Amino acid sequence: MHEQATAPSGAAERSAPPAIEVRRLVKSFGHQVALRGVDLAVPEGEFLTLFGPNGAGKTTLMRIVASLTRPSGGTVLLRGQDLGKAAVALRRHIGLISHNPLLYGDLTAEENLRFFARLYDLADGAARIDAVLEQVGLAVRRRDPVRTYSRGMVQRLAIARAILHDPEIMLLDEPYTGLDLQAADMLGSVLADLVMARRTVILTTHNLEQGLELCSRAAVLNRGKIAWQGPRAGLDLGAMKAIYRQATAGA
Amino acid sequence: MAYLRKVAAIVWKDIVAELRTKEMFSTMFVFAVLVIVIFNFAFDLRISGERVRQVAPGALWVAFAFAGILGLNRAFVAEKDRGCLEGLLLAPMDHTAIYFGKMLSTILFMLVVEILMLPVFTIFFGVNLFDLRLLLIVLMGTVGFAGVGTILSAMTAQTRAREVLLPILLLPVAAPVLIAAVKATAGILDGLSMGEMVLWLQLLVAFDLIFPAVAFMTFDYVVKE
Repeated sequence: MHEQATAPSGAAERSAPPAIEVRRLVKSFGHQVALRGVDLAVPEGEFLTLFGPNGAGKTTLMRIVASLTRPSGGTVLLRGQDLGKAAVALRRHIGLISHNPLLYGDLTAEENLRFFARLYDLADGAARIDAVLEQVGLAVRRRDPVRTYSRGMVQRLAIARAILHDPEIMLLDEPYTGLDLQAADMLGSVLADLVMARRTVILTTHNLEQGLELCSRAAVLNRGKIAWQGPRAGLDLGAMKAIYRQATAGA
Repeated sequence: MAYLRKVAAIVWKDIVAELRTKEMFSTMFVFAVLVIVIFNFAFDLRISGERVRQVAPGALWVAFAFAGILGLNRAFVAEKDRGCLEGLLLAPMDHTAIYFGKMLSTILFMLVVEILMLPVFTIFFGVNLFDLRLLLIVLMGTVGFAGVGTILSAMTAQTRAREVLLPILLLPVAAPVLIAAVKATAGILDGLSMGEMVLWLQLLVAFDLIFPAVAFMTFDYVVKE
């Protein structure tokens, strides 16, 4: 399946470096090769949904872009800067929602967010905490320990944690997994806000319908390589299913 | 200053979590008391008088070391098991801040246990441990032990046999710290001056400086895949 390159959309975007650029990215875990030379460029303000079967390398790719995992080869550039060399400064611009909520069960919601506000050096930490708790609908439970929360509430608080520092780049690794309807609706609302605010988003998911809802571009990762990528415009669910099946044939 | 604020934030978080659960403290304290009690009965059956005073420093530091291992086992295991370590790694800070924050938390919890253990030990062993110089030795020994233990805890937290692996790796590496701490403690009980124990004090200071420096250079490679 040949890769379908995206055309640059304007002079301004051509001159600015992509928000995320991945060049010949390779990652091996011992003898197991998870990524086999991934090339991907996500311009500022783009919402890219990355589809792929289990074991395709989506989570590994997200972890490398989030600087949680070191690549075995290749380069990751965020806004033109090498992530390998400027990770401390660049992490300020990254938010991650993953399988783990990254929250401390023995602390209250407010204490968790206050802790992360300190780690991110937020000048307006108290105001941001109030705002994100309101946004995710957890303001009334802010003083309760997180271990008393339901799964859906934990995931909502995880979203609050991820957006607390208002990152320009949001990485969402199968964020809908395990969400109840209320939490899923709230996540959809947060994603819509990110689109309105022209944040750069990469979302990985198995769910083609959910993944296509807000994205401006889609890609399919299979066996550690980008098997297909293209614009969302003109792409309906049926067409996406056909592309996905063809791109992952023999997965 | 931003770096120190983040170290302080990690320490604050650990203190708040521990005050809420008292999990680590209660485990460490009860275990240390048990060690003291068992040593007391074991030695009481065979030795008395002056010989009790000779074995007291070793018994004291065995209790501190094993209580410290329990605390260190939880330092990173709790973060790893709950997936919270990634939250720390995602933050815009040098990852060595995590090491120093965890090390300081461990030192604090160990010192609380140790200070509470001193009167217990005095009662059971009949030796007077209320000496400011001894508190200094306890502090220096604890810093050295925690300095080594925190980096090894971070390494072993990612393995399956971590509860067993940490003490296996830690005790040989921390042996010089423990030996120096025991010798210095014995020196104080024997009425030696600090000048007469300078060799052991120098060893403690060296470990208190060397291992945090080693951790500063290697911690990022330890915690990241």
